Amino acid sequence: MAGYHAFMLVATALVMMMTVPALALFYGGMSRSKSVLNMMMMSFVAAAIVGPLYVLIGWSMGWSEGNWFFGNPFDQLLLDGLTTDAYVGMAFQMTFAVITAALISGALEGRLKFSAWVLFVPIWSVLVYFPMAYMVFGCQDNSLICGQIGAQDYAGGTAVHINAGIAALVLVLLLGKRRGWPRDTMRPHNLTLTMLGAGLLWMGWYGFNVGSIVFADGYDEAQFLAETGRTFANTTLAAMTAILGWLLVERMISGKATTLGAASGVVAGLVAITPAAGAVDIGGAMAIGVIAGGVCAVAVGWKYKLGYDDSLDVVGVHLVGGVLGTVLIGLFSTADGAGGIDGLLYGGGVGSLVDQVLGVLVAVAYVGVLTLVIGLAIKFTIGLRLDDEDEATGIDLVAHGESAYDLHTGIGGGVSSGLAANAPIKPEASTRAPSTTKETSQ
Amino acid sequence: MKLVTAVIKPHKWEEVREALETFGVTGMTVSEVSGYGRQKGHTEVYRGAEYDIALVPKLRIEIVVEDGDADDIVGIVVRTAQTGRIGDGKVWVSSVDTVVRVRTGDRDTAAI
Repeated sequence: MAGYHAFMLVATALVMMMTVPALALFYGGMSRSKSVLNMMMMSFVAAAIVGPLYVLIGWSMGWSEGNWFFGNPFDQLLLDGLTTDAYVGMAFQMTFAVITAALISGALEGRLKFSAWVLFVPIWSVLVYFPMAYMVFGCQDNSLICGQIGAQDYAGGTAVHINAGIAALVLVLLLGKRRGWPRDTMRPHNLTLTMLGAGLLWMGWYGFNVGSIVFADGYDEAQFLAETGRTFANTTLAAMTAILGWLLVERMISGKATTLGAASGVVAGLVAITPAAGAVDIGGAMAIGVIAGGVCAVAVGWKYKLGYDDSLDVVGVHLVGGVLGTVLIGLFSTADGAGGIDGLLYGGGVGSLVDQVLGVLVAVAYVGVLTLVIGLAIKFTIGLRLDDEDEATGIDLVAHGESAYDLHTGIGGGVSSGLAANAPIKPEASTRAPSTTKETSQ
Repeated sequence: MKLVTAVIKPHKWEEVREALETFGVTGMTVSEVSGYGRQKGHTEVYRGAEYDIALVPKLRIEIVVEDGDADDIVGIVVRTAQTGRIGDGKVWVSSVDTVVRVRTGDRDTAAI
């Protein structure tokens, strides 16, 4: 039991690492250089806001008696009645609430007002994430997705990835495209950050998936040993085969296997195996990985055809990967696994598949409607979007008063250089430098 | 005096500099620039989206020389920076009225 407790402490720290810094790096590298700091801030601030809120009512809404949708927010207000030896389980769940909100930020690059994010995150967590966690992870008899429908979701295909993906899609539709998208070049400004972030996400995901083990009647060592081995191996192999799937498909479509494709494949595979980590065997995990990698490589192109600016592909990777993983459980689930049900391909009939599809539909509908209401409310009060000039200048400077990089020395460094910062622009400063006028006359 | 300005492929920099130093050029100004000519940039693909990158990175070398040396220096740059493929760059020569060495106040050829 002490071993399990120690393991959960590590798993919780690993999941925390997925938001800060892994997701911040993964998204930050894909952003433009004028919005990388804001992108990273959205992850850090999500942690700062959601954590305290989770302690206040999040845990209670997820893990108290309740209706179909949420538990009583006041039963365990401020963790009332929870002994500190159970805090690690609470903290583990808290890190899931943090990363789910942070995942949404990838769709919003460079144009969402920072104040709108700071307002959206707590409201959305209370009205959408905490209920989804109750419906899926809290799993009371009443809980809609886990208890009533009986859909399997080991670590958050519905509660985390479909949830964040749908919320991102709804917000992008309310927020609109970035100025100039898709005509202007908006390529990732630093793919080495993205590779680093993807690698750290992979490592953190072991905490996410393997730590999600649930014991029916208290700690059971045999189950602990057998199930963690399965979920660890499944998580690893799905990430690996998803790289292969993504690279193969993009090589066929656009002629090159790219590093961004490899990083995206890792995440797509990990997303898809998240709900299925306990349910499938190692063959099923490899199949889910390669399918998710290949399909997501195609899905990230949909936004250009349909015209929604899901900037860093939260829909193409998290929504599509989450739906795939959740639904494929219906095919690849084995009776040896955590859910104890055979899927269609293992002779179990369509029962599991139907449950899984129902689970997806409920998640999509609940998250879609509630996020739309929250998004509209913010849009027509404080507003969602930066004004055009601020967006052109760059949100890092406008919202945070900072620039990510100071790669120049002297006056050429512009606003970010110490020289310019100490000396406010004076008329004589702007009229000197004859070399500039000479250059333009050439 | 002449100002020789050369825009070259960045990977040719070492060869060009060595040849110029061997010839006797004592100083130059080099900057990293970007631009395009007939080659019209290149394409990059990110998650399946193809981007036309119009501006290609180049090096710009500026050397102030005595009138008689300009043609030789142009020749050296052309010989050493040439790959024969599109995007090799340009060299041009323009006239310079006055040169002053800031440290000593020396003027014109004495300042080169």
